[in-house]
Amino acid sequence: MKVLVIEDEEELREIVKASLIKEEYTVETASDYGAALEKVSLYDYDCILLDIMLPGGNGLHILDQLKSEGKSDNVIIISAKDSLDDKLKGLELGADDYLTKPFHIAELNARIKAVLRRKQRDGKNTLTMGNVVLDLNERSLVIAQRPVPLNRKEFDMLNYFLLNKNRLVSKSALAEHVWGDHTDQADNLDFIYSQIKNLRKKFLASHADVDFEAVYGIGYKLVEK
Amino acid sequence: MRLANQTLKYLSISVLVVIALWSTVFYLFMLEVIHDNIDEELENQKRLIIQELSTNPTIAPDLAFGINNYKVREISEQQALNMQQVYKDTMLYMQDDDDPEPELEPVRMLTTAFEHQGHYYELSIINSMIEESDLIKNLFYSVVILFVLLVVSIVSINKIVIERLWRPLYSFLDQLTRFRLGKTQAKPAMDTKIQEFKDLQLAVTTLIRHNEETYEQQKQFIGNASHELQTPLAIMINKLEMMAESEELKQEQSETIAEVLNTAERLVRLNKSLLLLSKIENKQFLHNENLSLNALVLSMVAEFEDIAEFKQVEMNVVQVDQLHVQMDSALANIVVSNLLRNALFHNRAGGEVNISITGNMLIISNTSAHAALDADLVFSRFYKSDAASKGTGLGLAIVQAICQLYGFVLVYRYENNLHSFQLNMHP
Repeated sequence: MKVLVIEDEEELREIVKASLIKEEYTVETASDYGAALEKVSLYDYDCILLDIMLPGGNGLHILDQLKSEGKSDNVIIISAKDSLDDKLKGLELGADDYLTKPFHIAELNARIKAVLRRKQRDGKNTLTMGNVVLDLNERSLVIAQRPVPLNRKEFDMLNYFLLNKNRLVSKSALAEHVWGDHTDQADNLDFIYSQIKNLRKKFLASHADVDFEAVYGIGYKLVEK
Repeated sequence: MRLANQTLKYLSISVLVVIALWSTVFYLFMLEVIHDNIDEELENQKRLIIQELSTNPTIAPDLAFGINNYKVREISEQQALNMQQVYKDTMLYMQDDDDPEPELEPVRMLTTAFEHQGHYYELSIINSMIEESDLIKNLFYSVVILFVLLVVSIVSINKIVIERLWRPLYSFLDQLTRFRLGKTQAKPAMDTKIQEFKDLQLAVTTLIRHNEETYEQQKQFIGNASHELQTPLAIMINKLEMMAESEELKQEQSETIAEVLNTAERLVRLNKSLLLLSKIENKQFLHNENLSLNALVLSMVAEFEDIAEFKQVEMNVVQVDQLHVQMDSALANIVVSNLLRNALFHNRAGGEVNISITGNMLIISNTSAHAALDADLVFSRFYKSDAASKGTGLGLAIVQAICQLYGFVLVYRYENNLHSFQLNMHP
């Protein structure tokens, strides 16, 4: 999987790159408008992360260029501006998603996975880890060939963890993804803990060979036992 | 009061005064003319009477007003010399054709003196003023009718003319009311030949252009400020997250990272809230649509279900009526979620949140461990009922800013040990 990161801020570009390499993607980067335009016209990428505020030009023009070549559907716009106009314009130009800075690494991973999955189009839409199979179309969970009932939020949580296999998912990233902006930071700790506990009980009851691993104070990793 | 009505008011008052003055003067003048006329008549009669009397060798004193309408009385020379010719209005008993008995009637009387063959006489001649008083009465009525007619016609002509003249202004005003900076493309315009209106239009257009420039700059500034802050925050958070993933971390280090991460995230929330607040105040959200508050509240309550359960708070929704409102859906979401969040997070275990929706009100009340809040401060920025709270202190300020944008009325009350936020969306 080849991913292009178009981002002018060097440090951010490097962190994103490092995180993507952990996911075993081939990562290329571009730091300005000219370089980005050159790369997208020369090569094909499975996913492009595009910062729209670039030195030398507007990232939306790059999107425009990609659209004219029919390649804009794997672009995730990354913008510091949470501007509805930009969002609408970007999605109109065929971008797949719009992510506002600052974002959590887990969230970026999840978004990239979603883009890549959509490109595969092999009909199957499941996430698998060990004997755990989550069907995204049916919104159902099967562990060791047995169906396990999940409520809506549990499904969303597990989905998020399966998109971030073996990666740290911070509590606030999880809270934001599953419960939106509605949680209170002071309560995150205990609340998320109680939700994880419920899910863990289901894993244990159905002999799943995956488990949550706590990272002190920060969050959890879903790992194979 | 509309300008046209105000003009009409002043105009009719001044017309009233002018006409009243004029009719009084006219009336007095006519009265004077009539009196002059009568006096001349009396003078004439006097001459005729004296002429006639002088042909008589002797004058018998005639002490009552008979058919001749005069009386004669002999007086001394001294009296005669002192006497002036006098006209006066007086009342006398007279009997007209239609009167059953004599009545007091207004008369004009001329009193004078004359000499005849060495004797002096006083002569009084009267002339009935009945006809004249009828005339004056008629005159008065005509003036009143004229006055009413004049006022009515001036008022109606004025109304038509003013409405025609001011029509461009009213249409201009209407366009201005609906004008939204950065939203409405067409500038308010009016089709008029009146110089003052043209000047007004020019002034307004200049003002709008200036404002649009400022608005653009402001918007760019917010965008830039956002960019400048969001990117370093992103770097900070992402670096910490990557660092937390490394395997060699000791528990202590990991906990320190968690603390820094939490602080950074607080900063992110604060920055987002401030940006949101300035966006609302700059009216950058105006994608209004017809929303059902009932549907929104129900879906939001479902979103909060897990958290409420975790906090052991019961949420009850009472839908008395359907509440529809014309507003931006993102802002409506923020209003409902901030109020619900507030009610949930300042609650106590075993408490409740009661949500009631009527045709114009959304009322969210909650139990709490805290006592009544200061109603004057509760919506101000950075107000925290609890100093230890890690909230931004902007949640309710944001709700209030949105309410002000849409003209909603949001009130905080403390009743029956419940903190109650009452939002009137159709005040």
